Amino acid sequence: MTNSFGEFSRAKMFLVIGSNMTEAHPVAATFLKNAVMDGAKLIVVDPRAHALTRFADLHVPIRVGSDIAFMNGVMNVLIKEDLYDKEFVKTRTVNFEELKQTVLACEPEAMAVICGIEPGVIVKAARMLAAVKPVMLCYTLGITEHTCGRNNVVSTANLQMLLGNMGMECGGVNPLRGQNNVQGACDMGALPNVYPGYQQVINEESRKKFGTFWDVGNLPDKNGLMIPQMMDGLVDKSVRGFYIFGENLANTEPDIRKVEHELASAEFLVVQDIFLNETTRFADVVLPAAAWSENDGTFTNSERRVSRVRTASVPPGKAMPNWWIFREIAKRMGQTWESVSAQEIWDNEISVLAPALGGIKYHRIEGDGLQWPCPTVEHPGTPVLHQKIFTSGKGSFTPVTWTPPAEVPDDAYPFVLSTGRRLYHYHTRTQTGRCEGLNDLLSEETADISLGDAQRLGVADGERVVVRSRRGRVEVKARVTEEVPKGMVWMAFHFREGNANWLTNPAFDPFTLTAEYKACAVSLEKA
Amino acid sequence: MTDSFMVINNREVRFEPGQTILEVAGANNIEIPTLCHLKGTTPTGACRICVVEVEGPDKLVPSCAEPARVGMVVQTESAEVIKARRSILRLMLSSGNHNCDIKDYDTKDWTQDQLRLLSGETPQELCPAWGDCKLQDLAFKYQVKAVGQPLSECKYPMETGNPLIVRDFSRCILCGRCVQACREVQVNNAIDFGYRGADAKIIAGTDVSLKDSDCVFCGECIQVCPVGALFEKKAKNGARPWETQKIRTTCPYCGVGCQQILHVKDGTIMKVTGAEDGKPNLGRLCVKGRFGYDFIYSKERLKTPLIREGETFRSASWDEALNLVAHRFSKIIDTHGPDALAGVSCARSINEDSYQMQKLFRAVFKTNNIDHCART
Ligand code: SF4
Ligand code: SF4
Ligand code: SF4
Ligand code: FES
Repeated sequence: MTNSFGEFSRAKMFLVIGSNMTEAHPVAATFLKNAVMDGAKLIVVDPRAHALTRFADLHVPIRVGSDIAFMNGVMNVLIKEDLYDKEFVKTRTVNFEELKQTVLACEPEAMAVICGIEPGVIVKAARMLAAVKPVMLCYTLGITEHTCGRNNVVSTANLQMLLGNMGMECGGVNPLRGQNNVQGACDMGALPNVYPGYQQVINEESRKKFGTFWDVGNLPDKNGLMIPQMMDGLVDKSVRGFYIFGENLANTEPDIRKVEHELASAEFLVVQDIFLNETTRFADVVLPAAAWSENDGTFTNSERRVSRVRTASVPPGKAMPNWWIFREIAKRMGQTWESVSAQEIWDNEISVLAPALGGIKYHRIEGDGLQWPCPTVEHPGTPVLHQKIFTSGKGSFTPVTWTPPAEVPDDAYPFVLSTGRRLYHYHTRTQTGRCEGLNDLLSEETADISLGDAQRLGVADGERVVVRSRRGRVEVKARVTEEVPKGMVWMAFHFREGNANWLTNPAFDPFTLTAEYKACAVSLEKA
Repeated sequence: MTDSFMVINNREVRFEPGQTILEVAGANNIEIPTLCHLKGTTPTGACRICVVEVEGPDKLVPSCAEPARVGMVVQTESAEVIKARRSILRLMLSSGNHNCDIKDYDTKDWTQDQLRLLSGETPQELCPAWGDCKLQDLAFKYQVKAVGQPLSECKYPMETGNPLIVRDFSRCILCGRCVQACREVQVNNAIDFGYRGADAKIIAGTDVSLKDSDCVFCGECIQVCPVGALFEKKAKNGARPWETQKIRTTCPYCGVGCQQILHVKDGTIMKVTGAEDGKPNLGRLCVKGRFGYDFIYSKERLKTPLIREGETFRSASWDEALNLVAHRFSKIIDTHGPDALAGVSCARSINEDSYQMQKLFRAVFKTNNIDHCART
């Protein structure tokens, strides 16, 4: 996020796109609702009429995967009606002419057809957005989990720059992170192209810096593989040893059948986790890890705030902290690492190596956490990014055009399947499924379908349906709801039985290799 | 702006226009008791325990709702005020099942009473809020007893039909804090005041059970209830404040990163509350953050390293398992090169774990094949 949760309750207007905030980020949603109750405006762009739309001044029910068409249509109106922030565009950005050329070709009439809405709605949204300043834009996986995910993200930035809503309080582009420490895992360099603090592995300077600090020679100089490439590698044997830490890939990746084949192909698979799960079935060695609240450490939330995690219980049996396990393997392969606690790892390594984290030390985050960039121990942290200038100089417009999802409905598979999370569970339920009470509130997967489709197929609420895609089939209860538009089936991936990932399409964004969880084609019939 | 002054307890104090008497008093370290007042929400004036005496015709006013005015002269603990508070407390005590002994404790023997309760002889049916109840505190402070007054029967049975929140109407003092929390803090609009007069009750929807209402089980209402009318079913009376250690930590679920207080007894989390004023959540939690902690105590937790043997696993020592991992990875590196190894880190675990894993891959294995589920 460029901005902070603390600004939500003071904001004047929100554009929430592809984010079912009340279920996926409930507490963030409370601050947003507080602002709306105090008079802030809210536009929700989402195929589903989820709970947040009840608070919206305008709900735009675009078709799954048409976000770019919608945003280009809005920008078309902003430019044609001269409603954009000319001062901001002139002083803070480059490439405006290119953007203009692209979006002027995106007439609301044509975009509305792609989005499955009335052109007037696009015009109305544009005018509403231009009438209030600043507007806070929030999105979640509804933007990223598409084959055009990266372009969707770029579009949100284009729109906010055009409106002059960047670099100010209560504005900005704010992706709400799905998992608690996705932000942190990125910051820590658990990515194939960067070291901690986003320092490129292909950059010789960086390699030298890390090599010297870690006291090792010849650090690898080319970018590594991303998860889907690793999985392919398992099958073609370019990858032989695979180490999975804490992810239940067998349920979370698209097309479960394919994933299981890939995992089964591994020559040597190590899984480190707190429970046996669908993924450990393929493991050669399983290492028992300490869980949340069984060791000290830090998480970094979506607003870049590094907060403490503390020990409350001892791990069961011989389970050990993950950092200890990695250190022990290093030792057995000839390297003795100095740090012997999470605090030492953070204070003496991470915050020394990553410039943006340089000022964050455990003693400073006893109470509230600090938001990076925080370069020195005197620095108060940074709630709002890009305030005077963009971190990388001027903001650059990158025009993009709409592309359809990789798989669209046809005669054989006439419905769109879209996926997401539900309030009472988290991921594959390895955690929430074992919490007293949470499972009782929601104990099985459902296929959410519209009233109209239910009637047409003769399916009543609670009756079983079969959902089929080119990759698999599941049988689940139907949940008939007004939230879902006609032609859509909506499911989650919390349960093994009826998991949407038996159906989802392993088609990936070419830049980020993010899978298209949000759209594939399925058929639906009464069981 | 000209400075505004008023007088509280014979002291001249400055205030900002728009502040209530309660806020001005608070800013000047003058404590006024409250029950229904909930910071950040519209005052309802429901309980009147916060009354103060103002010089002038309308003597007793609720300080949480009354704006401070220039030249106002206020007494917060005058005889009149104390009399009013005592009668309010007496009424509350006699109108519900406050079986915490506060009704008829011996005012001279409070310490003995405390010791007896601390000794663990507390009956199981004792109110779950015992020791953490504002009504109890105030009754003690103002030496109010309700001895001899018959327990008035509660018309409404306890609601235990959902797995997370117990509603005990017999202890509800109808302060309305839960309604404010649900409506103005979490904006879930699940509960409200229902019925009138002696029948008054906090109702969910059209007086259905929480499970059948719009309730999303965030538990904000429990956190604000000043008495034992709402409590966590899972805590099982095991979270008496003097028995638990309070540990601040960060929620393990979504990217909001809410700050929690773990109430820990003998190394076990008994319940979780939001860290009041902590950033970013300012005390709020959702259902996962408040009730999603006990997975760590599951019997299914992995307790020892496992090594595959045919179709199953056998337990192994750390040494054996780690030696095997190091040996097999080294062999793969030797025969196929470092890039034949790949790893996926965990987006749920702490930063320090991800750092160590990428360091293992880069500095030891010498490959950049390290990624995590950044995208799910
Ligand atoms: S748990 Fe949350 S939603 Fe339910 S009644 Fe309480 S405050 Fe309202
Ligand atoms: S349930 Fe608790 S918070 Fe709600 S009105 Fe009753 S006493 Fe007050
Ligand atoms: S309490 Fe709820 S909103 Fe807050 S971090 Fe946890 S899961 Fe997210
Ligand atoms: S606290 Fe002021 S009326 Fe209840």
